[in-house]
This record gives sequence, C-alpha cells and structure tokens, in this order.
Amino acid sequence: MRELVVLSGKGGTGKTSVLGSLAALAGRAVLADCDVDAADLHLLLRPEIRTREPFFAGHEAVIRHTACTGCGDCVPVCRSGAITAGNGTFTVEPLLCEGCGLCVRVCRDGAIAFPSRRCGELLGSDTRFGPLVHARLEPGGESSGKLVAQVRREARRLAAELGVDWLLVDGPPGIGCPVIASLSEATAVLVVTEPTPSGLHDLERVLELCHHFGVPARVCVNKWDLHPALTAELEALACSRQAAPVGRIPYDLAVTAAQVQGRPVIELGGPAAEEITRLWERLQTIGGASGS
Amino acid sequence: MIVAIASGKGGTGKTTVALSLALAAGRPVRLLDCDVEEPNCHLFLDGEVVAREEVFLPTPAVDTGACTACGLCGEICEFGGIIVLPTGAHVFPTLCHACGACVHLCPAGALREVPRRIGELTEMRAGSITLFTGRLDVGQTLAPPLVRAVRARGEGNGLVIIDAPPGTSCPVVAAVHGADVAVLVTEPTPFGLHDLELAVEAVRRLQVPFGVVINRAGAGDARVADFCAREGISVLLEIPQERRIAEAYARGLPVVTAAPELRPAFCSLLDGLDRLRTPAVARAHMGS
Repeated sequence: MRELVVLSGKGGTGKTSVLGSLAALAGRAVLADCDVDAADLHLLLRPEIRTREPFFAGHEAVIRHTACTGCGDCVPVCRSGAITAGNGTFTVEPLLCEGCGLCVRVCRDGAIAFPSRRCGELLGSDTRFGPLVHARLEPGGESSGKLVAQVRREARRLAAELGVDWLLVDGPPGIGCPVIASLSEATAVLVVTEPTPSGLHDLERVLELCHHFGVPARVCVNKWDLHPALTAELEALACSRQAAPVGRIPYDLAVTAAQVQGRPVIELGGPAAEEITRLWERLQTIGGASGS
Repeated sequence: MIVAIASGKGGTGKTTVALSLALAAGRPVRLLDCDVEEPNCHLFLDGEVVAREEVFLPTPAVDTGACTACGLCGEICEFGGIIVLPTGAHVFPTLCHACGACVHLCPAGALREVPRRIGELTEMRAGSITLFTGRLDVGQTLAPPLVRAVRARGEGNGLVIIDAPPGTSCPVVAAVHGADVAVLVTEPTPFGLHDLELAVEAVRRLQVPFGVVINRAGAGDARVADFCAREGISVLLEIPQERRIAEAYARGLPVVTAAPELRPAFCSLLDGLDRLRTPAVARAHMGS
C-alpha cells in the first residue's frame, strides 16, 4: 500500500479538487480527509456515513461554583488567560483553556473539575470511489493534530485490511501541528501550488517541512497559465529541492462548476481534467516498482 | 478598532482583503500577519524591515542533581512532554505546551524554564502601513503562542487589521479572540459555504461581531448569499470573479491595486465594520 498525502502550504490552491479527481481515477483506494478544521472532500465524494464516533482528547478545567471560595489562586497560574473573575464568580473560558490541569492542582478547595474534552467526531463512510475516513473538529476546537493522527490510523488500518494499492490523503493547509501529523511516515507528498507570490513562498516552506521529515515530494502547479514565468520559477524551486514537477493544471472554470455539482472535475472533462489524468499517470512511479 | 480577517477555507482571499483594506484606509494602519505558518502579507508590500526579534517559549530543563525521580512531572504533563526514568526526568521540548505546570509543581524544585525558539517576529514600514509578521520555524507545531506574541507586539491605537490563519481551530481562536469585529472572507462555492458555516460558529462562540466578504462573486452559485440572508449576516462586499484580478494577484498586486474601481467599496467596508461593532448592531448579529 502506498500512501500519498496531498498538501499545499497555502490554502485554496486546489488540493481537494485534485484529490477528489485522483480518487475517481484510482478506482480502488482508501481515502482520508485530514483537513479536519475545514474538511471539504465529502462535498465532492458525497459519502454515505456508516460509522460516527465521538473524539475525546485531553481535558478541560471547569470551576464548580458551589465549591469555589473565590481565593483567586488559579488566575495567575493560567498562562492561557482562560480564567476570569466577573462579579466575584470565577469561570474558565473553554476556547482558551489548553487543558494543562495546573489550576486543578493549585486549587486548595478541590473546586475545579477536569473532565475529558470532546473535540469532534470521527466518521467512516462509503463513497463511489472507495471508503472514506474523515472527521469534524468542533469549531474553535483544540487537538486538531491528534484528530488527524486518529483519521490516519483508522485509514491505514482499513487500507491494510482491504489490501488496496493506494491510500490517498487530503492534508490541511499550513505547516504546523495538523500538517506534521498528516505527513509523517507517508510514502510521498504531492504539493499542489499556484503561481502567485504566496504560492511560491509557501511552496518553499512546505518542501522544507517534507525534507525535515524525510518524505519525498512531488509538485504540481494549478492555474499555471495565470503566470507562466512564475510557474517556471516554482518548478525550478521544486527541482532544486529534489521534488519532481509532475503536472501543470490550467485555470479552468470547470473546476468550480464541478464543485457546484458536487462531483470531481474529472467527470466533467475539459483541460483541467485532462491534465489531472496525466498527473495521475506520472504518480504511478511513486514508491518504486515494488509498490511498497 | 481591531479588525480580524478570517475564513474557514484557505485561499479565499483573506490576505488580499486585509491588504486592500489597509491600503484603502487613508490613515496609519497596523497590519498584523497572524498566519504564522504561512505569512504572506510582506510579499505584497514594498518596505523596510525596522525590527526583527526571535520568539521563545519557556521550556522546562532538569537540574539532574536536584531531581529525585519522584515521577510527578511525568504524571501531570497532559501533553506527553516529560517521561521520568529511574535516573531522572527527561523533557521532549517539541511536545511541550509551555504551560508551566511541571515547573510550578515540582516538589524538589528541580525544573527551571529555559527559552526555546519557535519563530521570529518582524516589523516592517511600508508607507502608512506598519506590518508585524510572525513566522513559525519549520518543524515547530505550536502556532498559538506566536500569534499571541504578534498581537502583543503589534496592537496599538488606531486601526489594527489582523490577517488570521485559515481554519477554525486554536491558531484562529488566538488570532480572533478579543477583536472588535471580524470579516469572514468566503467564495460562492460549496467548499466556501461549508467552511463559512464553521467559521461563523467559531466567531459566534468567541462573541465577536462579524460580516462576510464574498470573493470571486459570480464564479459559483447563490448558496452563500442565501445562507447569509437566512442567518441575518451582513454581506459587506462582493469582489467579482475576473481573470484580470487573478492574474494581477499572481503578479503581486492586491485586489484594490488591480481593480482601483473597488477602492470606494473598501472604504465603505471600513465604515460598515465600525457600525457593526456598535453594541446594538452586534447583538443582532450574534443571533441572541
């Protein structure tokens, strides 16, 4: 089984649209959406949800007002500034609480409870193109990295069980905690970028991250014809970082039209669809001939 | 006034809206690039870096002579950042959240904090704009403390514009919390709508009044506009879908420079935001 993670650094470069089409081209694959903050892959694949389980990670502090004597000792120890006093009542703002538990231990009256925190849910679905493992993080939630790790664990288990050739992973934007959780130990990364100053800047950082974690990368330029010279620059940068350029997708309004219809663009055809098909052919060499 | 520019979905045009708002303001602006994983505002401005500083997080270090290997720190660390072997405690700095619990509670006083670099902060002057940029070091995981550092350094009197990270999780909370008003930038597509709904839920939880800017208007369908109408959310501005604007952006020009006819619209956007943050209007938009 080969695991391909699609990343972009910069958001909105077309990661999910490309992955949705690769899923359709792969035929037999397990799919995972690791962009748990803003998961969109399901909008193209229209999954039928089979399983749904709550995801708990860490804890959160909750002050029991009946036991609180209002001493205020908890306030200065909280580095997240999550505890505030209003009219003599102390409360923890859940969005700011990191769940470190220091206040719980400092409280001399044992007035702070520390229940497990529900951060979202993990979903298992069927799509026309294979099983999809995805998730929903509570908006404003903590622990997105842990939820990503959980999505990947489940997707890898399923891929091994079904004996498929490909695990295709839609990664989150950025280079922080959830991205690191989605790329470690993958077979390869496909970076979808665009010829804009932001695209260039972010490509450099995401390739550095791949190098840092020892995962080989390939690069594809979306909307390449918006700025051909910058596209050449992006590809030169990719080559200098041992990341082979594997495709140029033109600016094509069919991509948006497909999204509106809730289908991968490959099913609508057009210039972008043709290039994505070629891209998929070039990705077949990933992981060597043995496919391991 | 502190204005946070956010969006659930990445690549909807947060940065171009933040820049255009700053360029159209016609007065000094403090622009804070809080998308510390991929900061981009500086790429679109011509200016001079006037200050550069490293950002550190306090991370525990063990005084091996004093450590009794009692195991308490390993037990209390909620982030798996310390393990205790018979020979003493060992810290894994990249897992540390810098909460200070282990240092505060160590009965032997064997832990002290040493600074660990997570990124850097720069200050750049570009005409009427002072840009503060946070940049997370590659391989570091903790964006929120760096976002807070940018805000602590950059916020001041007058107009403050925050370019927030995409998504709806902790780095976004750090960037939007306590702002006077938020602008959610979206696009009229199913992805745009889905992620807008999540962003709306997050800013409502943060109790920040907000309005929506629709970028690439005309590219998709009407469901974003319908959603805003149904929820009573103000659509503050629509930026049309035009290849000309996309090409200019590819060449480093923010939308207000590429399409100067939109300048008055960005000026009235600022006025609209000012009205939005007044309490009566704000309450109506919180839906309570």
